[in-house]
Amino acid sequence: MNPGLDFSVIWDNLTHFFIGTYPNGPIGGIILTLYLAFVALILSFFGGLILGLLCVSSHRLIRYATLAVVNTIRGIPLLMVIFWMFYLLPALLGGHSAPENWTVIAALTIFTSAYMSQIVQAGIDGIPKGQTEAALSTGLHPWQSMVYVILPQALRNMIPSFVNQFVSMIKDTSLAFIVGVSELTHVATQISNRTMVYPTEIFFFVACIYFVICFAFTSLSRWLETRLAWRKAI
Amino acid sequence: MFNYQFDWAVVTSGQYAQWLLAGMKVTIELSVVAIVGSFILGLIIAVMRMSNVKPILWFAHAYLEFFRNTPLLVQIFFWYFGSYKILPKVVNDWLNTTNFEFSAAVIALTIYTSAFIAEDIRSGVRAIPKEQMEVAQSSGFSYLRSMYYIILPQAVRLTIPPLINQFLNLAKNSSLAMTIGVAELTYQARQVESYTFKGFEAFTAATLVYLILSIVITWMVTLYNKQVLNPLGVR
Repeated sequence: MNPGLDFSVIWDNLTHFFIGTYPNGPIGGIILTLYLAFVALILSFFGGLILGLLCVSSHRLIRYATLAVVNTIRGIPLLMVIFWMFYLLPALLGGHSAPENWTVIAALTIFTSAYMSQIVQAGIDGIPKGQTEAALSTGLHPWQSMVYVILPQALRNMIPSFVNQFVSMIKDTSLAFIVGVSELTHVATQISNRTMVYPTEIFFFVACIYFVICFAFTSLSRWLETRLAWRKAI
Repeated sequence: MFNYQFDWAVVTSGQYAQWLLAGMKVTIELSVVAIVGSFILGLIIAVMRMSNVKPILWFAHAYLEFFRNTPLLVQIFFWYFGSYKILPKVVNDWLNTTNFEFSAAVIALTIYTSAFIAEDIRSGVRAIPKEQMEVAQSSGFSYLRSMYYIILPQAVRLTIPPLINQFLNLAKNSSLAMTIGVAELTYQARQVESYTFKGFEAFTAATLVYLILSIVITWMVTLYNKQVLNPLGVR
């Protein structure tokens, strides 16, 4: 017969799940997961914007070079990007070892920027050509027409996709486990190793936490999608 | 970094090249087994998701939302470390006779990917005019039979490009199986790194394999779109 489930282990370690060993050690758990995701989100928003704009550049060499970089990153697993950062960052910093948090944030930023650039590209392509033509014929410089006319409209349409990408990002922070960052998944394995006999309860609970966070944002993205569609209809 | 001695021979010949090749084989095995499983499971979930029976619909909805909104790594850990408490004894005993790391990775990848495939199939089905379903049912087919004989054959044809893309995602996601000790490509690259300290070479080799895989798969999708879905090049 299967041993029964005993969820008291969750209750006993609740603070550990939320904040790691803080205040006796570095902050961890859910708070660290959200911190990693937010910092990487902000950085990869700008990274994605820059890469996306380079992807729609009228200069052929720039466009192809950027597309090659973006598709290379999209073609390899995130785990590979994390390992690359793990070995490259210390080399780039002249032999100083990079803090693990930075390694993960750098990897997540590079990885997600590539995906964000696709969203930006699609958003810009979704704006009718007439808008650019009108902007140019009123005498705006090409970059002015992009910054003042195209992007404000395109960015609004991209918001739901950005939120979806953020959900992927929250899920992807779990890979920080591999370089020893004590975010939620890492904390869960620690607790599981310490208490020995409750892996089922612990990993189910952790999955539920991720689910609650991600589902909230997925719902937000759906709500935004209907709302933005409604505003566009007027 | 700049006094690093590159030694590409480490990964192009000899024992370590063999390791990487073995890893590539496991990655492909894992992806093929899981894509077949998740296609079947995804098909079932997609049909359940479109059912008129409320409890079935709710179950499929919960399944999709739950597995799409939890990290794959946590799911892999759940099946690898925690599944023994919720599976029947017969299943546990059988799983222990197999290579359990590999089986747990297959289960996790299959269930995770099936949720995405179910959504792809569902949007394929929604592209089929609903009159097809009405006609099928009015000529005496039951719901399941009209799905099976009329709707799904057409929908699956539209679903093949996203399905091939899911295979690519699966191949990339299978790298997470290294965390439970499945000796796939990323795992082997890391092994080579820790035996030889030639991390750049090992990870370059693994990166190239993943890239070649993704280029081939992207090319297959383009070819399929051109040759099968739109042979006349109609825009």
